[in-house]
Amino acid sequence: MTVFLGAKSSKAARPPTSTRAATMSLSSKQIEGIAHLARLELDAAEIPRYVDSLSSILGLVSELERVNTDGIAPMAHPLEGQVQRLRADVVSSPNLRDLLQANAPQVDAGLYVVPKVIE
Amino acid sequence: MTAPTLAALSAGLKARQYSSVELTRAALARVERSQPQLNALVTVTAESALAAAAAADQRIAAGTAGPLTGVPMIHKDIFCTAGVRTTCGSRMLSNFVSPYDAHIVTLLADAGMVMVGKANMDEFAMGSSNETSYFGPVSNPWDTARVPGGSSGGSAAAVAARLAPLATASDTGGSIRQPAALCGVTGIKPTYGRVSRYGMIAFASSLDQAGVITVSAEDAAMTLQAMAGFDRRDSTSIDAPVPDYVAELQQPLAGLRIGILKEFFGEGLSAAIEGPVREALATWQRLGATVREVSLPSLPLSVPTYYVVAPAEASSNLARFDGVRFGHRCDKPRDLMDLYKRSRAEGFGAEVKRRIMTGTYVLSAGYYDAYYLKAQRVRSLISDDFRRAFTEVDLLLGPTTPTTAFGLGDKTSDPITMYLNDIYTIGANMAGLPAMSLPCGFADGLPVGVQLIGPHFAEGRLLAAAHAYQRETDWHLRAPPAFGADFAGEA
Repeated sequence: MTVFLGAKSSKAARPPTSTRAATMSLSSKQIEGIAHLARLELDAAEIPRYVDSLSSILGLVSELERVNTDGIAPMAHPLEGQVQRLRADVVSSPNLRDLLQANAPQVDAGLYVVPKVIE
Repeated sequence: MTAPTLAALSAGLKARQYSSVELTRAALARVERSQPQLNALVTVTAESALAAAAAADQRIAAGTAGPLTGVPMIHKDIFCTAGVRTTCGSRMLSNFVSPYDAHIVTLLADAGMVMVGKANMDEFAMGSSNETSYFGPVSNPWDTARVPGGSSGGSAAAVAARLAPLATASDTGGSIRQPAALCGVTGIKPTYGRVSRYGMIAFASSLDQAGVITVSAEDAAMTLQAMAGFDRRDSTSIDAPVPDYVAELQQPLAGLRIGILKEFFGEGLSAAIEGPVREALATWQRLGATVREVSLPSLPLSVPTYYVVAPAEASSNLARFDGVRFGHRCDKPRDLMDLYKRSRAEGFGAEVKRRIMTGTYVLSAGYYDAYYLKAQRVRSLISDDFRRAFTEVDLLLGPTTPTTAFGLGDKTSDPITMYLNDIYTIGANMAGLPAMSLPCGFADGLPVGVQLIGPHFAEGRLLAAAHAYQRETDWHLRAPPAFGADFAGEA
């Protein structure tokens, strides 16, 4: 079983599905891959700690594998019969750009500033 | 007055025994005195509190005051407050000032309540001990070497130490009930969707619910009355009428069918907890309730199910923190990827990162079905168990926590040990059910909580059962010796 952790491949075809939970022990390479997907910088020293803690969390979770859920519908909402409400597509709040951008680390002329993306 | 309940303070204000300004000054003084020992608050809002109190006094004088007008309170720092920083216990948001108020912040302000500050909490509400806060741990007022529970540890400690008669809180897996139990106060997690989450920073959206921590069930009913109701700005808000919770407190208990949760009384429950919980059950029997044992065989699967669902949803919700629009940004980013990665690595603490990593993994390609979808199927089983149980009984009863408050630092090394603190509380979140924790005694000087769980929208029934119990007992009125001195008397 391989994990699909490549950063460039997120638009690729449908991921392989698995009916069996992964092995409980994760590798350092997997941890690095997960951290990349989660956009978290990792210290080399942190990796073994994540290997341990995530492996033990997945161990806890592995109890679910033994449960027979054939024919059981997945529950996405705690209350039955809820439907997504819709509203008319009209302006519903005033323009708060200045107020919202007051929290931004860096803005210029009403735009959010980030490091150059296109060379 | 030795009972600083919301109801008593409200009556005192109405009778002009003291003004809201006097009460607010007393609350601010208590907050200030307690901070070095408890660290229950992240931000104190003295100036705006005194202004709100003066406005409340005018309402009282004009005869336009409601039952909550002029009473000091504290908001958990997960609720956005316009103009006052909202940190969610994180470095990520340590300088964040919300442009708007959370819905319940507006509702309680409109009711005339006086916010004296923002309560400390586990970072992004992830924790059961309030030790993951960027602003330092909170101490339990009953023994400052112990944790108050979490994630609403600041809210529970503040109410226990009588800093204010109530504090708002939120509950994703027990974050209202568990700290309420460990601090000897009353906490209610309403039905999923009963209270608007607009402006409540998201953790796990299929589980999160706002509620309140108070001294008594009557106070909880009074507060919930003002907090509950439909809000179109929260897409999961339920459009259903809000009953008169205060009137429902008078529901007779005779014939109430209480189910004892068999799965909650087995291995792992400390005898020190079981004793007081069974005594509480006997009290309800004396009050006319009938009792039978009920088994929910899927309920023990709540913890593993939670540790798929909650981290998965958290990893999605916390993706918004990118160092671009708001929140922490790292110094001198090399490029956009570096900006994202270092801002997030620096802005989030260890437990939050652990949950984002877990959630990212279980949602990653190839694992979604095996983990998230599987967990959602098991969640259906747990929910079905509750549904069946509520065809036979009106309320379910069990302990809130397996043990009393543990020592600061005792459980920080192993995440699993910490996660198991919520073993009895997560089930109600899985099924979206309303649930309460009430003080029901002490073990070695530390508070013990009993938990009641009801069917969807049965808050009135829960509160009535709790209120009847609290009329027979005074556990909820016991205050920690070091902090519990008369509140109103200082006003």
